[in-house]
Amino acid sequence: MTTIDHGVAAAPVIAKFRTCRFSGLRIESGAEALIKANAVAAVLFLALGGLMGLLVALTRWPAVQMLPPDWFYLVLTGHGANVLLFWIIFFEIAVLYFASAVILGSRLAAPKVAWLAFVMMVVGAVMANYAVLRGDSTVMFTSYPPMMASHWFYLSLIIFAVGALVAVFIFFWTLVIARNDNTYNGSVPLVTFGAITAGIIAVFTLASGAIILVPTWLWSLGLISGIDTLMYKVVWWGMGHSSQQINVSAHVSIWYAIGAMVLGAKPLSEKVSRMAFFMYILFLQLASAHHILAEPGMSSTWKIVNTSYMMYLAVMGSMIHGLTVPGALEAAQRRNGYTRGAFEWLTKAPWGNPAFSGMFLSLVMFGFIGGISGVVLGTEQLNVLMHNTIYVPGHFHGTVVAGTTLAFMAMTFILVPLLFQRDIIWPGLAKWQPYVFGIGAGGISLFMMGAGTLGVPRRHWDMALTDAAHAFEYPAAAYLMMGLNGISAVAAAVGGVMFIVIVVASILAGPKLDVAGAKLTFPLHDKSREAVSEYGSHGTLKLPGTIILVAIFFACFVLYYFVNWKYLSELWLFR
Amino acid sequence: MAITPPSNRLWWKEPIHGIELTWIVIAFLWGLFMFFFMIAWHFIGQQNLSTETYKIRPERYQEKVEAFADEYQVIGADGEPVEEEGVPVVRPPVGGDAYILARLWEFWPILELKRNESYRIHLSSVDWQHGFSLQPTNINISVHPGYEHVLTLTPTETGVFGIVCNEFCGIGHHLMTGRIRVVD
Repeated sequence: MTTIDHGVAAAPVIAKFRTCRFSGLRIESGAEALIKANAVAAVLFLALGGLMGLLVALTRWPAVQMLPPDWFYLVLTGHGANVLLFWIIFFEIAVLYFASAVILGSRLAAPKVAWLAFVMMVVGAVMANYAVLRGDSTVMFTSYPPMMASHWFYLSLIIFAVGALVAVFIFFWTLVIARNDNTYNGSVPLVTFGAITAGIIAVFTLASGAIILVPTWLWSLGLISGIDTLMYKVVWWGMGHSSQQINVSAHVSIWYAIGAMVLGAKPLSEKVSRMAFFMYILFLQLASAHHILAEPGMSSTWKIVNTSYMMYLAVMGSMIHGLTVPGALEAAQRRNGYTRGAFEWLTKAPWGNPAFSGMFLSLVMFGFIGGISGVVLGTEQLNVLMHNTIYVPGHFHGTVVAGTTLAFMAMTFILVPLLFQRDIIWPGLAKWQPYVFGIGAGGISLFMMGAGTLGVPRRHWDMALTDAAHAFEYPAAAYLMMGLNGISAVAAAVGGVMFIVIVVASILAGPKLDVAGAKLTFPLHDKSREAVSEYGSHGTLKLPGTIILVAIFFACFVLYYFVNWKYLSELWLFR
Repeated sequence: MAITPPSNRLWWKEPIHGIELTWIVIAFLWGLFMFFFMIAWHFIGQQNLSTETYKIRPERYQEKVEAFADEYQVIGADGEPVEEEGVPVVRPPVGGDAYILARLWEFWPILELKRNESYRIHLSSVDWQHGFSLQPTNINISVHPGYEHVLTLTPTETGVFGIVCNEFCGIGHHLMTGRIRVVD
């Protein structure tokens, strides 16, 4: 009888787990190391990109105008790539690994491949900075043809995107392992569900990036004669805008996660919150159209269907989270004993805990500033009022800085103690960090939107048009707005430095938490790992504070929407 | 708990709370309203961006604009063609075609239009992408090389209006301007 040789038997996977004393999470060492590496890389690129952002804002402050024009455009290109791509995607990979391996208590799939992905992303990010700093790739983050960057620039982004794509597949594979190993019962937790949403959108996004950047790279090498400018914009924004939807899914997941870990909040209804995430998967990718509304060539039908995410169904998803996140916080706080009046749950919230305050500021500013302005900006006809004015960066600093970045910072204040097992050093400073950064980020968003409403262009070195052939004077209010934007940027930069200093110092020298009797400065909620009873029954939930907040939000939304139609109706006539 | 599996394994069978359901309905209806309002504005509004576009070679577009400027350049009282800062001032026929050329780093030529009259404005670039930003009116339209975009524009106020480039187009981007004059 012959034996059948199965080849090399699969080596038994040896995964080393420890159980976190504070959160009860089972953390595998491979996953832990990769989350740390990606998070640290993220913070380093935030530091670099943030510094570039400060230089940009100081140059656009008319009274300061710090950099000469060539450096201004160069630094602005680097700012976009470093913060919008590298900081955010590195951190998102850390979030994906956390939401799969750590939250599900599983090992991470193929850590060696995950390290390869990490190395590719680092190589791509460093190479992009090299290409930009060489000075021959000052094409802005969007690199619209026929303006051409050095071929290193496109290649670096392709390498980075492929690395990120591999990391996303590691995340999916980890989900499969967790399911097969039965590390959890029933459905995945909501936070993991949100992370899956982010992962699915990431695949679409990175694929769009490859579809457009590979031919553009070949064009920069001289192998392709030309790239159609309109086609480039449509596909490029399939990456450029959709990647911001990864952020939305990721930071909404973080809102839920921080609510659960700090206040013991559970979703009001799993079904509703998951449906809202599902709306993102179905419709958010259409947002490429937001950048094509002022372009020739595309039909109005195409514009309306795409820019509205198919009748605003993805906006509906965000509006639902806008109720269910504060609602879950309110319900949890009421269960924690803060039941007086409509707002005791909020006034007695842990405002001194930077994870909570950062999360709540992110929630409010993302909704009020980033969300409302995004819908208005993305309305077919209203876009003409603001297209390519500095209103656009105003809007996306409301989403990506005040929303995503602040949420990621808040999450970091939880990740450092849990993963590095070091407590937050200088809690007095950490307590203030979200406020300083948040006020700065909110300020830059609002003041840029204000200046954009007055017509100030984005990506422009000199709004005074000093040496231009045909002088044009922007109103004094526009100069004031740009000055206030500069001041806000300084505040945001101070908040950013505080964040980086606290995080780096905590990792290197924070009080050790792996010793007996150690306690967290910013404690997690006792019930953060316990199963809890349902919140009320159908129709009996009491959330007066949340209802008032949501009503205020909706009133602002409707009012601002119609104010802009009023502006539009006063323009010259065109058809 | 948002970081633990749902406590009720059959979470999709839970009823939705009244508060959530109300908000979902409001958000859905508001979305529908905003969607249909964009369509409605095509019928009730006076500001809808034209989608009339032609493919054109940049050299050919430049020839068309130059021929247009030659034909309709304003002649001053002294019998000389009128220029401002070296750029011809052109008065297109009311209701007729008017051309604007975007190039590194100017909008060319200067148009002189009549208030409350409509013109077919042609926009295209001969090199990189540019941004047509009419100020202080604040009308912002992208300009692509190779695509000729035609819109019917009716100025509703008189004065001198600036065109500022708001799409990054290289080191001279902040020098790129143009002008439209509107007279009665």
